[in-house]
Order: sequence, then structure tokens, then C-alpha cells
Amino acid sequence: MNRHFLGQHHDRIQADPSGDGVDRRGFLECMAWVGTGLLWTVSGGILSSRRLAFAASEQPPLLGGEFSFVQISDSHIGFAADANRDVTGTLQLAIERINALQPAPAFLLHTGDLTHGQKPGEFDTLAENLKSVRARQVFYVPGEHDVFADEGKAYLDRYGKGTLGQGWHSFDYNGVHFIGLNNVSDLKAGGLGALGAEQVEWLGQDVAGLSSSTPIVVFAHIPLWAVYPQWGWGTDDAEQALSYLRRFGSVTVLNGHIHQILQKVEGNITFHTAMSTAFPQPAPGTAPGPGPMKVPDDRLRKVLGIRKVNVVQIPGPLAIIDSTLG
Amino acid sequence: MTIRNHTTLKTFAWPTALAGTMALATLLMPAALPAAQSKSPTPQVTVAKVASPQIRIENFQFTPAAVTVPVGTTVTWTNDDGTLHTVTSTTKAFSSAGLDEGGVFSYTFTSPGTYSYFCKLHPHMTGTIVVQ
Repeated sequence: MNRHFLGQHHDRIQADPSGDGVDRRGFLECMAWVGTGLLWTVSGGILSSRRLAFAASEQPPLLGGEFSFVQISDSHIGFAADANRDVTGTLQLAIERINALQPAPAFLLHTGDLTHGQKPGEFDTLAENLKSVRARQVFYVPGEHDVFADEGKAYLDRYGKGTLGQGWHSFDYNGVHFIGLNNVSDLKAGGLGALGAEQVEWLGQDVAGLSSSTPIVVFAHIPLWAVYPQWGWGTDDAEQALSYLRRFGSVTVLNGHIHQILQKVEGNITFHTAMSTAFPQPAPGTAPGPGPMKVPDDRLRKVLGIRKVNVVQIPGPLAIIDSTLG
Repeated sequence: MTIRNHTTLKTFAWPTALAGTMALATLLMPAALPAAQSKSPTPQVTVAKVASPQIRIENFQFTPAAVTVPVGTTVTWTNDDGTLHTVTSTTKAFSSAGLDEGGVFSYTFTSPGTYSYFCKLHPHMTGTIVVQ
């Protein structure tokens, strides 16, 4: 069924009949034909994505080589202001959502801002909570909130094993090449995210020997495209890194940092930012700054979420499904 | 600049990088001279009239963004914003810890110069302290 819907013409999202209060504005429908693949992302209600693809009871077994993984982002453990006074609670909700997925995801990617202030106990609380997630492994990249106070020492102590430099790394899973980048460790005044020459050069060498048909997934905290530079939402030297990836047939870039879903397609590269599990932030330019955004309590779960990514065996981009916590 | 011969100037070295006219006028008549009278092309500068200038952090900005103070001044930043910020010098001369809302950071400038600083979490937030 994965191949079916991926190969067929798009369907329309209907108004949510379950009456769970998600209004039309809460839906983000984004479909694009790219090559022979269909990029499908829904934000706002699991029901829509279920109808089209993966109702829990209808989930077909993945064919050989196919798998799914989950991206979570911006858990901000330690944050306790008005926008969400219980970020650990919403993280637990996210973990419940993940544990309800059938089949279970192969692993998790956390795209940074694990903690809010690097205060004592914050990393530990996150680790403690993630112990209950039903996935074999969690891979991390840091956010600026994880490294600002001590040049990344506490983060690397915990998550630096097997990584290079300030925590970049790559791994392969079922023929897909995953690349975790750190674009938060050397932020300059007035600048955006930064990868640094050493990391960019490493990236070039890391992918040099791969055939162009290898699907690539890049994950990094700050968006790798210029979402909104006025708020620091972009990466100064992303273009050079992306130049090493443009020859590949399927490149999926997963980012966090902005606490909302925005997407972009550039040739074979698709970019997706993710919701936070802690609090939302305003849309670009709609507030004086990119700070935590307070929403009515009964709406909080609808603006936080997780992302499930299905890797299926057709050429083209990956099927991506966003779902909120409530 | 005829004012250069004023006795005030002999007490400390004069940084050549500073815009001369406006800063000199400040020292001579601190109570009376608004920054708007400056002929220099530098951005609007707030004259430090009190012993310990206060800079507010709010709406992802340092306000005022540019301040001129005499050597030995203690500048105090207060985070009035609803999120964590830092006050970090670009030359590592000083850096606050993460400041929660209500958090305060002070630094005493004992050497003349121009100190650029920013927020490590939101690097598009920048400010300058000119110490003379």
C-alpha cells in the first residue's frame, strides 16, 4: 500500500470528521510530485494521514528493506514558563505516540535543543524519559541550547561517542545514509547557524564514495535553508554543504529549531523543519521575536508533535507524516 | 578639534577609533548634550549619565543597543524577555550564564575600547559598549 499511494495521484484532505477540534487552519497540506515519488506531509490530525496511508489497523507490513524512523525535536527540558509549564509531560505524550506506532520505528532522531538551559539534571531527565521509548536507538544532534554554556562539553560527554569534532556523525541503515550535523557550536554575532569548514569538508569526504542512488537523510538543528534570517533561521555556510549532496537522487533534510513545520523543495533535496515537543514559536515575522508562543491550553497538544518518516523502495523522496500530540 | 586641549583628556589615553566630536562633548557637558547633536556618522548612542547604566533585554533586542561609558563603569543587563538570553562578548572578554526572565548580569569595564557583544542563543541580537 505504501507504493500504491506513493505512485498515485494525490487525494484531498477532508475536514476532520472526528470532531476533535482541529480546524482547517491547523492543517498543512503539502504535496509535490518530485520525480517518480510523492512527498506527503500532514500536520494537525493523525486522521488524515491514516485515511491516506497508515490507519493503525491497516498498517501493512513493510516490504523488505523498508523501514520507518521518527524525528523528535526541541524537547527543551528545563523550560517552565507560560508557554508550557510541563515540557516533560508533553515529551512523555510524544513518547506515547511513538510507542503506539505500528510497526515500531527502527530508531529516533532528536534534532536538538534537548535541554533548555543546560542546568544540572536537564540532560539526565531527558535520558530518563527516553528510556521508555520503543525504539532500538536514539541519534542526536545538538541545538544551541545544549552547547551555549560550556562550549558543548556536557553534550559531548553524553552524546559525543562515535562522533567527530563538535558532534557530527554519519551512519547507514538499510541502504540509507544518515548524516547528523552540528550547526550550533560556533555561532557568531549577527550570524546564522554555522557548520564550519572542518565539518563541511568532512561531509564532502563522507559522501564522496556513495553512489548517487543512495538515499540521504541529513539531520541538523538549525534549518539548512534561509527560512527567516532576521531571526537567525538559516545556516550561513549550508550552500557549500548542500553542493556535495545535489548529485544524489533523494536527499531529505530534517531540521528543528523553529518549532513549526515549514518545507521546501530544491531539485532532489527536500527540507522539513519539525514541531517541538515543548512549545510552539510564531510564524516568521508575525511577532517581535522567535520566542516561546503561548496558545490556549486546550490547543497546546495540537501545535506540538512528532514526525514519522517512512522509507520505501521507490526512487524519490521519503514519505513523511507529521502528527500532533493531541 | 580645539577641545582636545581640555584637561580632561590628559587623564587617560584617547582611543583613536572613537568618533571624536560627540564623545568629547559628552564628557564636557554630560547633563546637557543629547546624542542628536553629534555630527559623527555612528549610530545613535545613549549617553551614560548614571553610575551604572542599565540595558534591558526584551523583544529579542538589547535596549539601548549602543552605549558609551567612561572607564570603570559597571553596566547591568536585565532580561525582561520571556526566554533565555546571554550577554556574550565577541572577544570572550565577558559572558553571562544563561539569563532567565528576570536574570541580571553586570560587568565592570576597566579598559577602554569598543566591546561588541551578542546573545549566544540568538546571535542576531547584538549590542556595543564603547568605553572611553
